[in-house]
Amino acid sequence: MHELPITESILNIVITYAEKNNVRQVVAINLRVGRLSDLEDEWIQRYFDYLSKGTVAEGAKLKIERTPIKLQCNSCATSYEVEITNISDTVCPSCGKKGSKLISGREYYIKDMEVQ
Amino acid sequence: MEGVRLIEVKEEILADNIKVAAEVRERLRNTKTLLLNLMSSPGSGKTSLILRTLEGLKGSVKLGVIEADIDSTVDAEKVAARGIPAIQLRTGGFCHLDATMVTQGIDALAASEFDLIIIENVGNLVCPAEFDTGAHKNVMILSVPEGDDKPLKYPLMFTICDVLMVNKIDYLSLSDFDMAALRKRVLALNPKIRIIEVSCKTGAGIGDWVAWLKKEVDAFRLDKRSV
Repeated sequence: MHELPITESILNIVITYAEKNNVRQVVAINLRVGRLSDLEDEWIQRYFDYLSKGTVAEGAKLKIERTPIKLQCNSCATSYEVEITNISDTVCPSCGKKGSKLISGREYYIKDMEVQ
Repeated sequence: MEGVRLIEVKEEILADNIKVAAEVRERLRNTKTLLLNLMSSPGSGKTSLILRTLEGLKGSVKLGVIEADIDSTVDAEKVAARGIPAIQLRTGGFCHLDATMVTQGIDALAASEFDLIIIENVGNLVCPAEFDTGAHKNVMILSVPEGDDKPLKYPLMFTICDVLMVNKIDYLSLSDFDMAALRKRVLALNPKIRIIEVSCKTGAGIGDWVAWLKKEVDAFRLDKRSV
């Protein structure tokens, strides 16, 4: 359900950049979202289509790149990727120890936008 | 057709909330008011834990409560009935509190008067994990009837919390909840998390929780940079 406030933030940022750059039409927005987020792509697009009506971003396609969940081992500092389904059952592939910190997988980021 | 060009944006989508959350943390650090964000599923015992906490602190800590619900004032009324200042925020359908809503709550409470403010977030293990409220400490409750598999389903929530309260341990004998499996799953996600087993019904374990909380409040009062 928190797709709605997130979509609102995306739209506000996009409109600000569109105004600064004399944009006639926003065609696509490239986002980077971490795999730990459970945002549904389809719902972000639906909310976006609704909120962006009548703005320069109406009809823009949201292209979402999912960034992997990366952990860094507390013992040997090796960083490694894990899937969300086995995140709580992993050991460091280098030293075999448990215990790590999250270094990526929570991003919410607008990379760039394709405009006319 | 006119050519398409690319504009670099490079912006954090949640930048506004991150900024307001940092302001909340700094503001309350200056008044030595510890802000604690309490999260869980609906019905796992957030309000019961707050009521037990009031009893346990026995007036040794000046406590205020910010309650958040989609649409009711039931929780704030329960807390206020014990003589504790409580503000109810109605999120109007939103599934979580953000730092701007928390700012309204601390303004309404005159937060600088307090040693400790507990935010009772909206009952939900998903969205509140994504939005920084500005709290200095994040605490979650998992109750025994919810099952020991929740860290597998909601890893982010277990990752961001400082303390996990396992509530309703009086139900353990009636269920197949595996405490050892839960601890293993949670500690693999977040090795620094403190796990405290309690029953808000019988009062078991509440002493451990109150002792931890008092220690944190005292440390915050003495050294405002400790948290």
